[in-house]
Amino acid sequence: MKLTIPQEEILNPGHLACQGCGATLAMRYALKALGEKTIIVLPACCWTVIDGPFPYSSAGVALFHTAFETAASCGAGVSAALEVKGKKEVTVLSWAGDGGTMDIGIQALSGAVERGDNLIYVCYDNEAYMNTGIQRSSSTPYGSWTSTTPVKTFKKGPKKNMIEIMAAHKIPYCASASISYPEDFIAKLRTAKQIKGTKFLQILSPCPAGWKYPSNLTVRIARLAVETCIFPLYEVKQGRYRVKKPVNKRPVSEYLRLQGRFRHLTGREIKEIQNNTDKDWQELLKKEEVFG
Amino acid sequence: MKKLITGNHTVSFGAKISRVEVIAAYPITPQTEIVEKLSEMVASGQLRAKFIKVESEHSALAACIGASAAGCRTFTATASQGLALMHEMLHWASGARLPVVMVNVSRAMAPPWNVWNDQTDSLAQRDTGWIQFYCENNQEIIDTIIQAYKISEKVNLPAMIILDAFILSHTSEPVDIPEQKKVDKFLPSYNPEYKLDVDQPRAFGGLVNPEWYYEFRYKIACSMEKAKGSIKKVGREFGKKFGRSYGLVEKYKSDTAKIILIVSGSLSSTAKEAVDRVRKNGLKAGLIRIRVFRPFPKEEIRALVKEAKVIGVLDRNISFGNEGIFFSEVKSALFSRKKKLLVYGFVAGLGGRDVRCDDIEKIINSLNKKQGLKEDIINWIGLKK
Repeated sequence: MKLTIPQEEILNPGHLACQGCGATLAMRYALKALGEKTIIVLPACCWTVIDGPFPYSSAGVALFHTAFETAASCGAGVSAALEVKGKKEVTVLSWAGDGGTMDIGIQALSGAVERGDNLIYVCYDNEAYMNTGIQRSSSTPYGSWTSTTPVKTFKKGPKKNMIEIMAAHKIPYCASASISYPEDFIAKLRTAKQIKGTKFLQILSPCPAGWKYPSNLTVRIARLAVETCIFPLYEVKQGRYRVKKPVNKRPVSEYLRLQGRFRHLTGREIKEIQNNTDKDWQELLKKEEVFG
Repeated sequence: MKKLITGNHTVSFGAKISRVEVIAAYPITPQTEIVEKLSEMVASGQLRAKFIKVESEHSALAACIGASAAGCRTFTATASQGLALMHEMLHWASGARLPVVMVNVSRAMAPPWNVWNDQTDSLAQRDTGWIQFYCENNQEIIDTIIQAYKISEKVNLPAMIILDAFILSHTSEPVDIPEQKKVDKFLPSYNPEYKLDVDQPRAFGGLVNPEWYYEFRYKIACSMEKAKGSIKKVGREFGKKFGRSYGLVEKYKSDTAKIILIVSGSLSSTAKEAVDRVRKNGLKAGLIRIRVFRPFPKEEIRALVKEAKVIGVLDRNISFGNEGIFFSEVKSALFSRKKKLLVYGFVAGLGGRDVRCDDIEKIINSLNKKQGLKEDIINWIGLKK
């Protein structure tokens, strides 16, 4: 099979990512999809560090560092300026982590989506505050250890469902994506690039240091998240759902047992996760059936 | 063209004739009319700009920062709580060296809720690296907006123009709105040397370790110093073109004065009247109005008080645990004088309490007699016991 991933590399070597960083793969693919005529708006997140210290930058495109909660609002400003200057060929890419998206930045994001500011917003989701050292976020899944949800009091609530929050805004396009399915991710970004307004993508970006697994397993773990339906791949385009179904749905334990952050879970808790995952999956399929 | 308009509408016209390209603002009392008028101007096509109707003041400034970094002339306006919410991004604008211009309709901070005037909101942003202008009347507001863009774009620092809630924002005054053609000549379009550009990709604002951060701050300090000269030069040029000159400070009958009152904002007009009244009674009184708070005009103040025997600083603001904010700044500027001057601080009019001509006359008379006054503490004016 011929790969459709562009060969050209825009992201440069020499960045400061940890070994096996999912967020760096995500950026590499995103830039391949969007090309050089992209301006990145970057709030506080792992990528603040990954891009490199002054005077270096590895992104290979124009990049503006901004405050934690302003990926969407600052991106809206850049987008407005490009519109005023008639630069239609340039894409604004607001690139934030799950903390910057689902917690501190959700107000600005909601505002931008409601207004329809013309930008692509990517949340690279590593399910905790990884840049500051693995503290819980609202994206941390049930059962996970983090440094602020120690083993005895591991996170009890569910992961915030950001795609559904975006869909509820009647956003023209939102989708989940995975670094283990780069062709799907690139295709989704290209779809997003063709649509005017705010587009939202959430890409699961495993983190060896935070999820406690050997760095060579990043791609495998991200793939298992999709195959177990813990992180299903789907898109909502103009309100229509399209879900990518795994050929062979696997039990969640295969995904959980590879990661130290879930090591403490008992059989009963794993079963609970399985039940909730199945329920969510059925709900998603139902949505596709009704709104497909 | 002369128009009878409120301070708020004056602001909107100021933004329009400065040909702002991107506006992002959130309504707050008593600034709302600025936003409404600008919305009308953009909707009707009188002003060719993009107006982002953001969901908060924090986003307003973040959007202006993004648009400015991408090379557009930007504008926002706020007040009080809104300005406080912007605080983080105030630092961001100056640190990123972006010439964003904003208007703050100065209003008291809550709680308790109060929508009337005092200056504690903007003075609390003292150390954010913004140039700050305090306006006396509506004419000065529009003139200062035009000048602020020219100055900011020269020194790469943002500027805040402050007008008093209701006293200026909602009071109609005759204002000469400068002709667009003349403004265009005075204020050319904004073309920054560095901006977000896909053809010359650069990263802005990335991590700087202790080896270089210090020098970044030094450069901001240097630019603030440079702004002093720029404000004076632009103020003179403006005078030549439009017939109204401006500087860092304004003196009023202060050259031979033995008693000098130092004031800012719209209170200055009342205080000038008070000076005239006491002069009729033979008192050698004068006034200095501080127009620019940052950069602080130390040298100008020192030069203007040479003949004075006693100084009173009237503050419509307060730094809790210390005193009126202008009072502290003025004393600090005078500290290097060989001969000690008596300087007294007065706090008045917080939260929109009227400060009348009589009140200021009393202040000047008390400065003359030096009775019932204490140095180094706050002299409260009109406080209910």
